[in-house]
Amino acid sequence: MRVTFTVNGRQASADDVWEGESLLYVLRERLGLPGSKNACEQGECGSCTVRLDGVPVCSCLVAAGQAQGREVTTVEGLAGPEGELSTVQQAFVDAGAVQCGFCTPGLLVAADELLERNPEPSDGDIREALSGNLCRCTGYEKILDAVRLAAARTEGAV
Amino acid sequence: MSTAEQNRAAEGGRTPTGVARGLTQGATGTRGGIGESTLRPDGVLKVTGEFAYSSDLWHEDMLWGHTLRSTVAHARIVSIDTAEALATPGVYAVLTYDDLPTEVRHYGLEIRDTPVLAHGKVRHHGEPVALVAADHPETARRAAAKIRVVYEELPVVTDEASATAPGAVLVHEDRDDHHSGHVPHPNIVHRQPIVRGDADAAARRADVVVRGEYVFGMQDQAFLGPESGLAVPAEDGGVDLYVATQWLHSDLRQIAPVLGLPEKKVRMTLSGVGGAFGGREDLSMQIHGCLLALRTGKPVKIVYNRFESFFGHVHRHPAKLTYEHGATREGKLTHVRCRIVLDGGAYASSSPAVVGNAASLGVGPYVVDDVDIEALALYTNNPPCGAMRGFGAVQACFAYEAQMDKVAAELGMDPVEFRQRNAMEQGAVMPTGQVVDSPAPVAELLRRVKAMPLPPERQWETTEGADVRALPGGLSNTTHGEGVVRGIGYAVGIKNVGFSEGFDDYSTARVRIEAINGEAVATVHTAMAEVGQGGVTVHAQIARSELGVTQVTINPADTQVGSAGSTSASRQTYMTGGAVKNTCEAVREKVLAIGRRKFGTYHPAWATAELLLEDGHVVTDGGEKLAPIAEVLEDEAVDLELEFRHRPTQPFDLRTGQGNGHVQYSFAAHRAVVEVDTELGLVKVVELACAQDVGKALNPLSVAGQIQGGSTQGLGVAVMEEIVVDPVTAKVRNPSFTDYLIPTILDTPSMPLDILELADEHAPYGLRGIGEAPTLSSTPAVLAAIRQATGLELNRTPVRPEHLTGS
Amino acid sequence: MEFLRPATWQEAVAAKAEHPSAVPIAGGTDVMVEINFDHRRPEHLLDLGRIPELSEFDTDSGSGTVRLGASVPYSRIMEHLRTQAPGLALASHTVASPQIRNRGGVGGNLGTASPAGDAHPALLAGGAEVEAVSVRGTRLIPIDDFYVGVKRNALAPDELIRAVRLKTATGPQQFSKVGTRNAMVIAVCAFGIALHPEVRQVRTGIGSAAPTPIRARAAEEFLAAALEEAGLWESRAALPPAVARQFATLVSGAANPIDDVRGTASYRRHALGVMARRTLDWTWREYRGAERTESCA
Repeated sequence: MRVTFTVNGRQASADDVWEGESLLYVLRERLGLPGSKNACEQGECGSCTVRLDGVPVCSCLVAAGQAQGREVTTVEGLAGPEGELSTVQQAFVDAGAVQCGFCTPGLLVAADELLERNPEPSDGDIREALSGNLCRCTGYEKILDAVRLAAARTEGAV
Repeated sequence: MSTAEQNRAAEGGRTPTGVARGLTQGATGTRGGIGESTLRPDGVLKVTGEFAYSSDLWHEDMLWGHTLRSTVAHARIVSIDTAEALATPGVYAVLTYDDLPTEVRHYGLEIRDTPVLAHGKVRHHGEPVALVAADHPETARRAAAKIRVVYEELPVVTDEASATAPGAVLVHEDRDDHHSGHVPHPNIVHRQPIVRGDADAAARRADVVVRGEYVFGMQDQAFLGPESGLAVPAEDGGVDLYVATQWLHSDLRQIAPVLGLPEKKVRMTLSGVGGAFGGREDLSMQIHGCLLALRTGKPVKIVYNRFESFFGHVHRHPAKLTYEHGATREGKLTHVRCRIVLDGGAYASSSPAVVGNAASLGVGPYVVDDVDIEALALYTNNPPCGAMRGFGAVQACFAYEAQMDKVAAELGMDPVEFRQRNAMEQGAVMPTGQVVDSPAPVAELLRRVKAMPLPPERQWETTEGADVRALPGGLSNTTHGEGVVRGIGYAVGIKNVGFSEGFDDYSTARVRIEAINGEAVATVHTAMAEVGQGGVTVHAQIARSELGVTQVTINPADTQVGSAGSTSASRQTYMTGGAVKNTCEAVREKVLAIGRRKFGTYHPAWATAELLLEDGHVVTDGGEKLAPIAEVLEDEAVDLELEFRHRPTQPFDLRTGQGNGHVQYSFAAHRAVVEVDTELGLVKVVELACAQDVGKALNPLSVAGQIQGGSTQGLGVAVMEEIVVDPVTAKVRNPSFTDYLIPTILDTPSMPLDILELADEHAPYGLRGIGEAPTLSSTPAVLAAIRQATGLELNRTPVRPEHLTGS
Repeated sequence: MEFLRPATWQEAVAAKAEHPSAVPIAGGTDVMVEINFDHRRPEHLLDLGRIPELSEFDTDSGSGTVRLGASVPYSRIMEHLRTQAPGLALASHTVASPQIRNRGGVGGNLGTASPAGDAHPALLAGGAEVEAVSVRGTRLIPIDDFYVGVKRNALAPDELIRAVRLKTATGPQQFSKVGTRNAMVIAVCAFGIALHPEVRQVRTGIGSAAPTPIRARAAEEFLAAALEEAGLWESRAALPPAVARQFATLVSGAANPIDDVRGTASYRRHALGVMARRTLDWTWREYRGAERTESCA
């Protein structure tokens, strides 16, 4: 089947999509957007997190056909038009929140949405918002630092 | 490709994903040399989604490989019928053992006992039996489902009793490996005793004797990036392999003979690695991908899903450990006797080396003159076990630290003080007879971790009620404070750094310096697997410090340069960092020689002073700038590739275990603060503080990341992580992230650190390998804290709720 | 495999009539796992994601009911129905992860009918009705009759779940579940309780401790009788500890759990007793209007 949707503000479509394919597979293998990751494909790790009509979801559990006509934002859509890093991306780099980096795209999408919804999150809020994103390298301390840093920088800029 | 380019590619058709490019980084604001928290050169690629992991690779006309795996643990293969699978439209190849191109049909890290595809027999659940290549992953899966394998099940051996019982079925018949001569039973891979002093005589001097039996469950590395890679057939009959691994050259040594190709025709490039932790030291899809690519003449990509990943790599050895500790009333250890039985599963992997570690580090960082240790690894029909962060030292630390608490309790002594009274220091003698000849600040680490301020009580209380996120059970809303008891526990551990027991452990670095646009720039090329640890960051820092340049390019790791050895054993900063330093020093001498040749006659300092490269200049040790490096080099480039070795080690004597087996030791201590819902048996780790000696922190930010990450893996195996294998069928019961649980951010506490830097004079910059030590002591510290909260003995890890409630 | 995309509820019901084996997919959080891991290859996937009314809920203060569309995601339930359906809102908060809560809804839990579904104990305790629709018409299935076996429900092959109807809460409700991780965990076992003071009833629900989600009827009846006998509904006096203990014992006894990879049968029984005692304590304190005991996460 053919699937057409908006990804990171641009129309994209894929042909010959098998009906059992996930949105994650279509992004990664058909649209050249491998930033969303495939760590578990069962909704238990968050590495494939994208925003579907603004809402963070596991793209591995969205059937490709369900994305028809929807708006999808992936990690590739976080940076500015000239490639400048978003606040949360820069904070992850600066705080040492990236090691192997496989969890990073999903965490960035989730953290970005958290800060949009709640610009001054408590540590408990950060932990709850990111509790669906597994990281195996960092022990999460630097990820917390990064989100705190992004929140502080956003506030400072306002 | 940039994101924009990728999107364009998405619009106008597909282009191959970039698989290899150098990482170039200049310094911003600081020199970016060693000791600074320089940021990762791959950080921007990783936060934009552009970093190409092995599962992201794509090639025009590529096929998808799929592995059919055994559904039973131990069986004779009566027949395999691939006809229907082969006839499936879209299928390009189906391979079984009979299709292997040469007589070399096994591989293995140390013992070549692992069949590339099962031959006549499967020895564990999930063993690869056949391969399919097809034009879509679903086509490959459907075709694999049509392969008919008839198994005739055989009895399984699953533990020491069944594996060594009279008449026990042999996992490997006709063993002829180099351990087969000295093991007491063919189902024992390797056995290492260590005997020093006279434990029997010492036991008679003991005022208290404490015995314990401990069980350590099977832990999985659970790296997030699944096993994956892309094999591309080349015009010369060879193959280009892009893969996530820990050691390219070790893979190469195992792959090439099976393919019947000379090593130079198997060109390997490291692709993005999504974590490793030991689980990528053995091969997974490498040979399979190459076989399918060579058979079909098309590029083949294989990506495991999470279910397959649990069968696609070895796990941490589960262990049964029996300990006896004796001590005098004054709190001095008299002796230790222990027996450590590790389950190696169906294939050897790195079991022999794990045995060596468990034995030689089996009493921990304590001075004990009289020891009697035995460690062994079994062959069973359980999943194969091998390397995981901590490598044999983890299981021992869990047990000996539990023992230390028990002895202290028996003596009525503070457990930290008891440890300090027995703590080793520089000059101490290990049970192997090896003298510890660099700082061993065990007592000091304990003092520091104990001195850290404790987290406030009842942090979950807020003005609006109980914040369940801060309580045991978390979001599941199991308690609002009822049944919650706090406990505090301590532990300390010792881990070796680098490859031991006489292994020729080396690394190679190629370094080039040249002038580009009037600026001296450096290029570093190694085969080091960057798995997330930050080696690429540190290499650039070393090049800046040694060569006085700002801009450094880290070339992709591949097999066009000499081996870097494995990214394991906490060794890469020491070894490949050491190799980069070593080569940079040689490059510097060449640059200075060129300078002397060109400018020596103009300034006497060229001949007399100790010259350095700093800030793009040749400078004297007094700081006088003699010439810009770019002017010294002009059109000349200096380009060297050199090997670096650590001090040689010796094998352990097979009977006594004596020998200078290790290169360096690494120490960390933890204090865990937990809150336990004692009625429901649920645990919240409130804080996990760590003090560690790192010798020299080349990148303090990365050091902290390693310690916190390692501590968290130790926490995981304390309270939740375990691969459960059915004792009757030897089948894995929980191969998924639904039932193999690793800590979330709500399970992971604040982890304050106290980092000590006591130089090891034998190591580059005085550094100490750091990656593993924190994984050791974290588990026993959490267990000790839970014991304090509950008063239970808890001889098993991970602790499950039913162990805490007695139900 | 064919992907059916009905644009309206009528089309969806018609499609299910035409293809009774079609697997409905809404949030995808169960179905896609089965497809990704090769456990299921349905001939038809019936996408319900384009039917707006499934993602809506109405609260009718006149009739005192909540009609909750089958696909309203858990994140909206926990945010918007804390007053009308507090038990379900609490249960929703324990579902998997934020990403899953943004997609999954009670329709999926009911369709899958796994004993481990987090919504079930709350739906049982709340006395929900399942609105099942086919081309033949609409019927309301009482939740007590909905779960008929392991992962089997009372739906006919041509029926789809349109909504769940719940009485607006008239008393405190609680939900608690045990898992071996502090977030993103499947229930080892779970317990829901709802006080219905207007009819002087207590209802409960047990998850992951029997082949289907069940009520602890003996415990409910015992507690209702004990409250009645001592006039506690009116007096709102403290609950005698012996009553709470007996209630917990009866909840424990109602379970029929097994040993599996997530936990042992005896632990499940034990934990249900603890959760029953604690959640009863929390609900009763709330009923008494005494100190604040709810959680704030």
